[in-house]
Amino acid sequence: MTRQLTERPPAATGPAATAPAAPRRAGWSGRKRRDFFVFLALALPNLVLIAVFTYLPLFNNIYYSTLDWTLGSASATVVGFDNYISFFSSADAAKVLGTTAVFTLVTVGGSMVLGLLVALALNSKVRGTTFARSAVFAPYVLSGVGVGLVWLFIFDPGYGVLAWLLRGIGQQSPQWINDPQLSLVMVIIVYVWKNLGYCAVVYLAGLQSLPQDVMEAASLDGANGFRRFLSMSVPLLSPTTFFLLITTLISSLQAFDLIRIMTPLGNGTSTLIYEAYLQAFGAFNRAGYSASISVVLFAILLIITVLQLRFVERKVHYS
Amino acid sequence: MSLLSPVSPDPAAAAGPSSSRSSGPDGGAQGAHGAPDADPGIPQRRDRPFSRANLVRTIAGGYIPLILATLVVFLPLLWMVLSSLKQPGEIITMDLKVLPESLNLENYQTAMTTVPFTKFFMNSLIVTAVGATIKVLLAVLTAYALVFVRFPHKNLIFVLVLVALMVPPQVSILPNYILIAGLGGKNTLWGIILPGLGTAFGTFLLRQHFMTLPASILEAAEIDGAGHWRRLWQIVVPVSVPSIATVALVTVVSEWNDYIWPLIITDRPETMTLPVGLTLLQNSEGNGSGWGILMAGAVLVIVPILLVFAALQRYIVAGLTQGSVTG
Repeated sequence: MTRQLTERPPAATGPAATAPAAPRRAGWSGRKRRDFFVFLALALPNLVLIAVFTYLPLFNNIYYSTLDWTLGSASATVVGFDNYISFFSSADAAKVLGTTAVFTLVTVGGSMVLGLLVALALNSKVRGTTFARSAVFAPYVLSGVGVGLVWLFIFDPGYGVLAWLLRGIGQQSPQWINDPQLSLVMVIIVYVWKNLGYCAVVYLAGLQSLPQDVMEAASLDGANGFRRFLSMSVPLLSPTTFFLLITTLISSLQAFDLIRIMTPLGNGTSTLIYEAYLQAFGAFNRAGYSASISVVLFAILLIITVLQLRFVERKVHYS
Repeated sequence: MSLLSPVSPDPAAAAGPSSSRSSGPDGGAQGAHGAPDADPGIPQRRDRPFSRANLVRTIAGGYIPLILATLVVFLPLLWMVLSSLKQPGEIITMDLKVLPESLNLENYQTAMTTVPFTKFFMNSLIVTAVGATIKVLLAVLTAYALVFVRFPHKNLIFVLVLVALMVPPQVSILPNYILIAGLGGKNTLWGIILPGLGTAFGTFLLRQHFMTLPASILEAAEIDGAGHWRRLWQIVVPVSVPSIATVALVTVVSEWNDYIWPLIITDRPETMTLPVGLTLLQNSEGNGSGWGILMAGAVLVIVPILLVFAALQRYIVAGLTQGSVTG
């Protein structure tokens, strides 16, 4: 996608750029000046909003992270790196980073693997795949709050469907909500349920764009379905896989709604984003400390994005 | 498809799965005399169109995974709707029944009297309508300017918009809270709407689309004396309706579902949106007996988007998976 952007010569941006070729360097012509102000009138409101509410907070966060500051209090002390030091030297850091790693890796791996399997099913030539494709994608667009509540009810150890099914086979329902480890498992399951449709649809688009002649040649050569899948589809899908890896990684690191609804106390499910929220807007109102966690999260996201920009052009391209 | 049944030169094979579906369980028998091995030119293949093996493979490989995947999505949502219609006694029971005994909307009434649900609903509608309208408008204007209006360092500006697309809003909530609360925007609808108005996503998507428009039609309009404003509204916008619809729908969905920001900037029910209001409802009803009421609340937040999605899913899927398939 970025390739398309950069390869486009700037001259192709429309008639305004190409039509008056002769007096191009003539300076500040009336038309040029008019275009200058037209551009500002059209684009400035949006650009200012992006600057104020997207870029400015990044710098403010870094500044706040150097403060010992209680949210709502009028005074703050500059403490330099103290917030970072106290975060990384506390027992919380290992727990929060560990939870973030487990949550992110399992949700990314789970939704990608299951997404690919669902995509293979959707790619079969039977009737109803269009409907199934929409159905599988639907949870991705639904409110995380609503979805979280529905699943919380399903997991309810007393009156939930799951407990009822388990009773049917003579088992007790596990304490999904009170046990920190199980609550992480629960949130992961629901997160994968909500997001695998996205992976499935993207993988399906990838499968459908595979070169049919190559696949047919392989099947005439006697490669069976599974062989062809492993040695042809999987490598040919690597650009799709890479795209999904990056996008799902970034969104998993930002997962908030489900965690907030299903485990409000963050007991066992406190990822970086949730810990940052709890520290600032929970009981303690530690704004500076929370900002330092946000900066750590942002640094991780930045590294992933930079890696994407570096690798997406080079490594995975077949065409 | 290619995974499940090797491509056969026999054209009848292509019709195999669909015929076997319509012929049902006796498809195999029909195939036994329908396609004998009489054709001398074609070497005998394993996957004759109506063979029993092929039928089984179509069902096992084609339908069962599809049905399973669809059920995994639908059953929880169906359970939500059914439970929202149940009396507390039908929910707090070890003896679970699938269907509610009678269709009554008591849970919905209780949800609306426990918390000001109508107010939440209206707030969500206002935030979504106003927010999405302004965002789409800003996206159209910015994308037009970036593509069709001459300006120094346009590409650099576009890169800055692209980078903004990658900045997660969650990282910005504390500074934005401090900024908006300082401006007096706490517990106001404008405070909910304002920080999200800048739109990198819509700008990016529409810019990509505008780049593909043929320059000739705009040149013709320019020669006719049409200014930027007329070119935008009389040419660019009318030919870009599908792309604008995509941006609009994705924006509507994300505004409606937005949670973390309204959660932080509101703490009074009068200005809460539906997802935040549901959290409030959860606090008062989340003790087991209130599941029916909570499911009624979940229906109210989920079903509107589900309906929009069902009607216009093509645009939404295209918008949300944008950039996945490299051209």
